Amino acid sequence: MSDHELPILKVDKLSKRYGNRLAVDDVSFDLWPGEVLAVVGESGSGKTTLLNCVSARLEPDHGQVSFRTRHEGTVNVYRLSQAARRLLSRTDWGYVHQNPVDGLRMDVSAGANVGERLMALGERHYGRIRQEAVQWLTRVEMQEDRIDESPITFSGGMRQRLQIARNLVTQPRLVFMDEPTSGLDVSVQAKLLDLLRNLTQQLHLAAIVVTHDLAVARLLAHRMLVMKDGRIVEQGLTDQLLDDPQHPYTQLLVSSVLQP
Amino acid sequence: MNARTELGTPATTESGYNFAYLDERTKRMIRRAILKAVAIPGYQVPFGSREMPLPYGWGTGGIQITASIIGADDVLKVIDQGADDTVNAVNIRRFFQRTTGVATTDRTTEATLIQTRHRIPETPLQAHQIMIYQVPIPEPLAKLEPREAETKMMHGLSEYGLMHVKLYEDIARYGHIVTTYDYPVMVDDRYLMSPSPIPKFDNPKMNMNPALQLFGAGREKRIYAVPPYTKVESLGFEDHPFEVQRWSHHCALCGAGESFLDEVITDDAGGRMFLCSDTDYCGQRRTEQKLP
Amino acid sequence: MTTDPAIQIRDLAKTFVLHNQGGAELAVLRRVTFDVHPGECVALDGPSGAGKSTLLKCIYANYRATEGTIVVSDGKDAVEVTTAAPRTKLMMRKTTVGYVSQFLRAIPRVPSLDIVAEPLMDGAEGDPKRLADARRTAETLLLRLRIPVRLWSVPPATFSGGEQQRINIAKGLIRPRPVLLLDEPTASLDADNRITVTAMINEARQAGAAIVGIFHDQRVRESVATRVINMAEFR
Repeated sequence: MSDHELPILKVDKLSKRYGNRLAVDDVSFDLWPGEVLAVVGESGSGKTTLLNCVSARLEPDHGQVSFRTRHEGTVNVYRLSQAARRLLSRTDWGYVHQNPVDGLRMDVSAGANVGERLMALGERHYGRIRQEAVQWLTRVEMQEDRIDESPITFSGGMRQRLQIARNLVTQPRLVFMDEPTSGLDVSVQAKLLDLLRNLTQQLHLAAIVVTHDLAVARLLAHRMLVMKDGRIVEQGLTDQLLDDPQHPYTQLLVSSVLQP
Repeated sequence: MNARTELGTPATTESGYNFAYLDERTKRMIRRAILKAVAIPGYQVPFGSREMPLPYGWGTGGIQITASIIGADDVLKVIDQGADDTVNAVNIRRFFQRTTGVATTDRTTEATLIQTRHRIPETPLQAHQIMIYQVPIPEPLAKLEPREAETKMMHGLSEYGLMHVKLYEDIARYGHIVTTYDYPVMVDDRYLMSPSPIPKFDNPKMNMNPALQLFGAGREKRIYAVPPYTKVESLGFEDHPFEVQRWSHHCALCGAGESFLDEVITDDAGGRMFLCSDTDYCGQRRTEQKLP
Repeated sequence: MTTDPAIQIRDLAKTFVLHNQGGAELAVLRRVTFDVHPGECVALDGPSGAGKSTLLKCIYANYRATEGTIVVSDGKDAVEVTTAAPRTKLMMRKTTVGYVSQFLRAIPRVPSLDIVAEPLMDGAEGDPKRLADARRTAETLLLRLRIPVRLWSVPPATFSGGEQQRINIAKGLIRPRPVLLLDEPTASLDADNRITVTAMINEARQAGAAIVGIFHDQRVRESVATRVINMAEFR
């Protein structure tokens, strides 16, 4: 029952202030390889700010984020040079935006969207880039023959799947997702959730998923953090938090969900 | 020197203007920018671009560089699309004749300064020469990434994957790289650079060239440079490498098979001929061959 | 085989505090203390509301105990469930404690066969032989539980109550685990399937599993339980 694996990510006493308001207040947690963590809370609870601070997109005022890299041991993300940080962001990490338009290049083809990270890493063989792109489009259940189409012509669900493929092409070990399914129709949402669930399992991905949808958390996440006013009010196994919430706020959240 | 003055234009300078129009402080400012550009090959140096008596888009960036480095002993050649006698070239040449009185020439071999729009002469350049390119858009990534803060960051960190995305798109859409002019280059294995809208045919000439190459963008207020004998590499893929244009024709006037050809429509019946774009080169070849 | 108990419960209490209803407190479990050894099947007895399901959920770490300790052991390592890190609890569920609930929480779009095979597929990604073996084991179980072959590739969301329950049982028993928690595993089964499930529970126990279950059907209880614990004992 024991294992000796180390966390892939350590977040230590993170705080971020906007003016007088503490958007993230003294947040700490660890994430292990292959573990999916949901961050839930209402709008304004600081969950997206937390995600941005952890993913090196927004420098926190206090605290540290350490990541265990594939080859160079554990690094303090905000002590890395900007170049190294950006390299990390497009190799070992992925970031899936709520709105796929924010994470895609809408003026180039699906294939180029998927291939961009490879080209940025120095891949200079067109045939190989294309092969990889085909493989990842198939993996996210997109038709191979849409490789040369622009995402402008794609539906919301397809755009989101393309964004996921674009992120996974470098086989990251940690993926950040900001409300990955919230802009989609319910039926499309279910399909995408299932895809994400399979991908995180098959690729042994660690992920942090920010969502206000507890059903998304239940389906995807092993573990959950509940945030309110920038603080973690409760954390634990996803099913335990949803079935036996302890904190008044978590109880309110869980009891507010409409059951169809 | 064996220089020739413009026919019908007196070689007297206008009174009331400083030598080469710009004041000496401005020239010093521009020379500092040039020195920095030479020190960091391919890097775009901002400079305080001045109002010139020609509109932006007419080569004001190149004119300001020329004005800042030209001396009384220099011999100036100005070309536009390879020709010395098109309107932009004539105007700029006359501007410098009237503001400096320096000798001008059509002959590539006689010039010490060559200001150009859209071509590099076919005749190989030499170590004592300086090429001055007129640049409309200095940022090679501009069309792909509109945020300047982001493109600066990409240059700073050498993140140039995006440029290959553009070439990938060409191949995916057309089967080959269709970019034929302003074809992006890497300078000294470090900075991605726009070579200005020269045909990609001319790109290989920039590599390890003995002449100093300076680039000026007046509207965008940028100067950059390729020092003599610097590596300039055109981008490509291993399986779709960079290639220059080739023609199945020879020049109808001089018979050249290795130069950049312009297609000229000769009548309304579809008649056409191919001519050297570099008029000096073509003329020299005809003189040597005693052709009309 | 070790003689140490597989489950050791000491002074377990569970009180629900309903903060959004004026802080009302529901004391469901109090002073629960007992051991379960490998090869034992303990049937929990007591009326509805006596906390039988709550107790199972506390052992499974689905509910958080208010007081007391629960130690679960696989014969080598022991975990104190009430204080263990989430990660340890997940590991415990994977390798040590199986749980068959009354209701199947269906995952959209996943075929029944894959749902059943999942506990064996963990860590087998990229190993085609192990994945094929997992599927084969799942097929054997589904055949034994009389799930028609045509349903194997269908997600169980639309299945009847009895079919869903059998999928749940298959999923819960496919991987041999030292501890099994069964919450009315036969409630909506017909006679034939009830007999099959009874046999499967006995096989698991004879193979060394420590089982705690809720069996309302007296015949089932009598044929699987080695001991009955009445929840009233702890009041």
